[in-house]
Amino acid sequence: MRAQADDGLPAGPAAGEQTREVTLRVNGVGHRLRLPVRRLLSDALRHDLERTGTHVGCEHGVCGACTVLLEGRPVRSCLILAVSVDGQDITTVEGLAAPDGGLHPVQQAFRERHGLQCGFCTPGFLLTTVAFLRETPQPSEEQAREAISGNLCRCTGYQNILASVLRAAELSAGREEQA
Amino acid sequence: MSGGRITALKPAPFGYSAPASLAEALAVLAEVGEHAKVLAGGQSLLPLLSMRLAAPRHLVDINRVPGLDRVEIVDGSVRVGALVRHTDLERHEGAAAAQPLLRQALRLVGHPTIRNRGTCVGSIAHADPAAELPGVLVVLGGRVEASTAWGSRQVPAAEFFLSPLETALRPGELATSVSFPVAGPRTGTAFVELSRRRGDYALVGVAAVVELAPDTSISSARVGLVSVGPTPLLVDLSEVLVGRPGGARELAAAAALALEHAEPEADIHASAQYRARLVEVLTTRALAQALANASHEEAA
Ligand SMILES: Cc1cc2nc3c(=O)[nH]c(=O)nc-3n(C[C@H](O)[C@H](O)[C@H](O)COP(=O)(O)OP(=O)(O)OC[C@H]3O[C@@H](n4cnc5c(N)ncnc54)[C@H](O)[C@@H]3O)c2cc1C
Ligand code: FES
Ligand code: FES
Repeated sequence: MRAQADDGLPAGPAAGEQTREVTLRVNGVGHRLRLPVRRLLSDALRHDLERTGTHVGCEHGVCGACTVLLEGRPVRSCLILAVSVDGQDITTVEGLAAPDGGLHPVQQAFRERHGLQCGFCTPGFLLTTVAFLRETPQPSEEQAREAISGNLCRCTGYQNILASVLRAAELSAGREEQA
Repeated sequence: MSGGRITALKPAPFGYSAPASLAEALAVLAEVGEHAKVLAGGQSLLPLLSMRLAAPRHLVDINRVPGLDRVEIVDGSVRVGALVRHTDLERHEGAAAAQPLLRQALRLVGHPTIRNRGTCVGSIAHADPAAELPGVLVVLGGRVEASTAWGSRQVPAAEFFLSPLETALRPGELATSVSFPVAGPRTGTAFVELSRRRGDYALVGVAAVVELAPDTSISSARVGLVSVGPTPLLVDLSEVLVGRPGGARELAAAAALALEHAEPEADIHASAQYRARLVEVLTTRALAQALANASHEEAA
């Protein structure tokens, strides 16, 4: 017996439910999967691929915890069907650190400036910040505020997150000078 | 929500097609049209599905249809295809130069992350009475191209919005593009709104278009009001502004006229009285900004 749709568990497809074969390219690695067509990208990442770094808070587009990069741009993974992004490049928080575990400059900055407490919102803030700094390497404080305005945090009061974003810009600039 | 237990939010099952061409999309829609929904950016549809406020039998995902992602400036209009994301149009320099109101409004649509996925045409097809782009379409007198397997028709903005979330699109019709007329000479535009938090839907939003005569007096003025009626409202303010320079007293008279046409209602975000006051204040601000932009155009 399959789980009822209403229990919210993305177990296997319910009887008669349409499925589709897709390739999810996550952090540079392709995964061939057969998924129910209604599977949200956030659930495909967390349950089907067991990459639980992508968090889900509200599941209707409001909180930003589930933010991932799609072809380099931040999007809400809870507002995208997994089957819609067949073959496209997805970056999750697991894709930020270097292979040797060295932190990404944005992660380093959040650590230095205490940009997190419980950490629930953090993956979304990190990916939003990574994409923002690529386009705006030297942001003003106002630009940084605007950039993170779509992400909610219940713990920090945002001041340290803002400081982290600005610190991340410094660290990223430093890294480029070295390179 | 149905059932006793509040559970994780998941869509009810649906059939799904991801057509690879426009012809295929229109053929699928012709077949399943009555019970189908088009899936564009999903930034309005997915929350409705997940909360089970909508349970269409079939989704036609247009994200793989080539050719719908173009912004073109043709025949005096900025034509925006059905897969142009808010971010793409916001960044399009040609579109911003041809019709500045587009960028002025787009930066107020949700958050950057929402704009990366949501489409301009989807926002117009969704017809939320608080959304910015429907107000822009109405104040500019644009049109929507609605297509079926048998052909397409142009629906003028004035006939497109019927009631909240309801448009003149028929079952099985795909909105293939939306056209916004380019700005004429000596024309200034502005979009101002107030929302509870940055990125939220507007409590009240005002799109203004002001044209100047060669002697710099006002030759026409109109506003599109959002969130103060079942559909975006167009108010022609020419009767109080034409031939005048647009001083404070004239703008106040124009704002009072705008308010006469508005139908502000109370909801959890704001009282009707507060919305009414916002119509006046924001109309005055939008007109003043549009006027300043028009004078700037004139000087340039
Ligand atoms: C947190 C959040 C905040 C937001 N804030 C704002 C805001 O402040 N202002 C604002 O305007 N919007 C806001 N939005 C909505 C956003 O702008 C959406 O992108 C837009 O309303 C719908 O576009 P879409 O491409 O995502 O459409 P979808 O969600 O894919 O579709 C919406 C509806 O339109 C229909 N549809 C879509 N495209 C077509 C087409 N080509 N032909 C026929 N029917 C079609 C669909 O069937 C569906 O019924 C917000 C969304 C979120 C999640
Ligand atoms: S879980 Fe996706 S935005 Fe909240
Ligand atoms: S650190 Fe706890 S929600 Fe942001």
